[in-house]
Amino acid sequence: MRALTWHGKHDVRVDTVDDPEILNPRDAIIKITSTAICGSDLHLYDGYIPTMEAGDILGHEFMGEVVETGPGSTLKKGQRVVVPFTIACGSCYHCGKHQYSACDNGNPADTQDIGQEMYGQPMSGLFGYSHLTGGYAGGQAEYVRVPFSDVGPIVVPDGLTDDEVLFLSDILPTGWQAAENADIEPGDTVAVWGCGPVGLFAVQSAFLMGAHRVIAIDHFPHRLALAKRFGAETINFEESKTYEALMEMTGGIGPDAVIDAVGLEAHGFFVDNVVDQIKASLFLGTDRIHSIRQAIHACRKGGRVSMPAVYGGFVDKFPLGAFMEKGLTLKTGQTSVQHYMPALLNAIIEGQIDTTFLISHRMSLEDAPKGYKMFHDNQNDVTKIILKPDFAPSSAIAAE
Amino acid sequence: MTMAKDDAPATTSKIREVRAEEVAMMPLSKGDSLLGRTVTINRPRAELFAYWSDLTKLPTFMDNVERIDMLSNTRSHWVVKAPAGKTVEWDAIITDKREGELIAWASTEGADIPNSGRIEFRDAGDRGTIVTATIAYDPPAGIIGKVVAKLFQREPAIQARRDLRRFKQLMETGEIATASWTQKQLQEETA
Repeated sequence: MRALTWHGKHDVRVDTVDDPEILNPRDAIIKITSTAICGSDLHLYDGYIPTMEAGDILGHEFMGEVVETGPGSTLKKGQRVVVPFTIACGSCYHCGKHQYSACDNGNPADTQDIGQEMYGQPMSGLFGYSHLTGGYAGGQAEYVRVPFSDVGPIVVPDGLTDDEVLFLSDILPTGWQAAENADIEPGDTVAVWGCGPVGLFAVQSAFLMGAHRVIAIDHFPHRLALAKRFGAETINFEESKTYEALMEMTGGIGPDAVIDAVGLEAHGFFVDNVVDQIKASLFLGTDRIHSIRQAIHACRKGGRVSMPAVYGGFVDKFPLGAFMEKGLTLKTGQTSVQHYMPALLNAIIEGQIDTTFLISHRMSLEDAPKGYKMFHDNQNDVTKIILKPDFAPSSAIAAE
Repeated sequence: MTMAKDDAPATTSKIREVRAEEVAMMPLSKGDSLLGRTVTINRPRAELFAYWSDLTKLPTFMDNVERIDMLSNTRSHWVVKAPAGKTVEWDAIITDKREGELIAWASTEGADIPNSGRIEFRDAGDRGTIVTATIAYDPPAGIIGKVVAKLFQREPAIQARRDLRRFKQLMETGEIATASWTQKQLQEETA
């Protein structure tokens, strides 16, 4: 089959590799119909994520058609499914509590060592995201092997397009969980740092959960315009002083809940340029400001901090004093995708959540290397690239 | 007993004497180095004990053990993978067995890698069963030392931890997780 493979920094290629096979009873093989490039894929592209190996197949946002099943799979050939990016077994203690991203068994035994050493306990496996999370082959390919196919993939009803449901795989549940972690109360003002896909879905989710106002913070005008479309007020941190603006816009109180969705593009580890961010003082209006520090600074006393943004290592200058003195609560974690999929699929069917607005480009899987470069170079206009294995090469179509 | 002992398992003790005492308490104790690893498995105690009762099944999740043959009800023969396609072998006898609770073993005289240990099963309420492996072994030098390095991936506790994780996967999910995507890769991975 053809697959997008990683070979080093800024070097991804479409190679011919072996077709996947059923290896375990609960496996299924999916023929990919749509797969997206995630912001966090750019961290692999930029070479920030350790334990990548030449030839690794990327991609953790994908969907397709079931073409083969193991004896333990509940899927049937021909079904259309969206696959969660987290690989969870459904039968361990954590899966029983719907903490799917903390699954004990999704990550192979040997690759669990790294998480055990780094974090104290290993986390679940992920598709296409380095050997820290299992080294599973991803879905930017013609076919993919999906383990635990009886608990992960969700069957898509007829009549829904790929574009409408693809983001159930990651970014929609991640944005929803971010809003849920903010424990929103009716009448709340919620501030969201970062208007990437997860931030934009967090904006929509916060309103659905009863937020009175949502204030979105970014510096890409196009992304702020998308947030405005869903009813958010905006702050462009290159034009306005974020903390001062938030205080004035909330009557001097500060937002009731704050969501850091900036590092969210990294599902991985070692958030980009931690060092740069440490150098950026909270009070200097640089464009690389460390969003979690600013969010904690702005949050009202007794407020809630939600952090879908991914951090992998250690951070310096964490404002522990402000956190303690103001009595804040922090909730965070990788997304338990399987927990949210059924309700969010329903929200899409009911028309409560719009997903297709995000898609800026569609192109052939063969053109994926071009897509990576385009996404990397222009994050204002490129909000989401969908790769279609059945498109003819070099037939890139801008969505608008 | 001159020193007050805390409630932490002896396998985690920083005090040499406490560890030595634990090893000495093992029936037919073999080996000086002590390690302990615990995992909680979301399955009933009886089911996990039953799987361990048939030693010949253990190589399913113990990657470095090629096969275990039963010579009698209490005596088994272990064939363990070594570098360059070689194997090392030893006999072990069951020194204690309590239904649903514990199996203890010790290698017999002449073993390439003298070792003794026990596996214990305790109820963990709605979390299933707590499984603890306690192993004493002699880290030999020379060519056998290299075998040990392969057997235990340099750090014996790591290999025990990996084996227990695979046992947990097998019992909880019915399969052992792998990131391979072809049969060929899977065979190379477990070779």
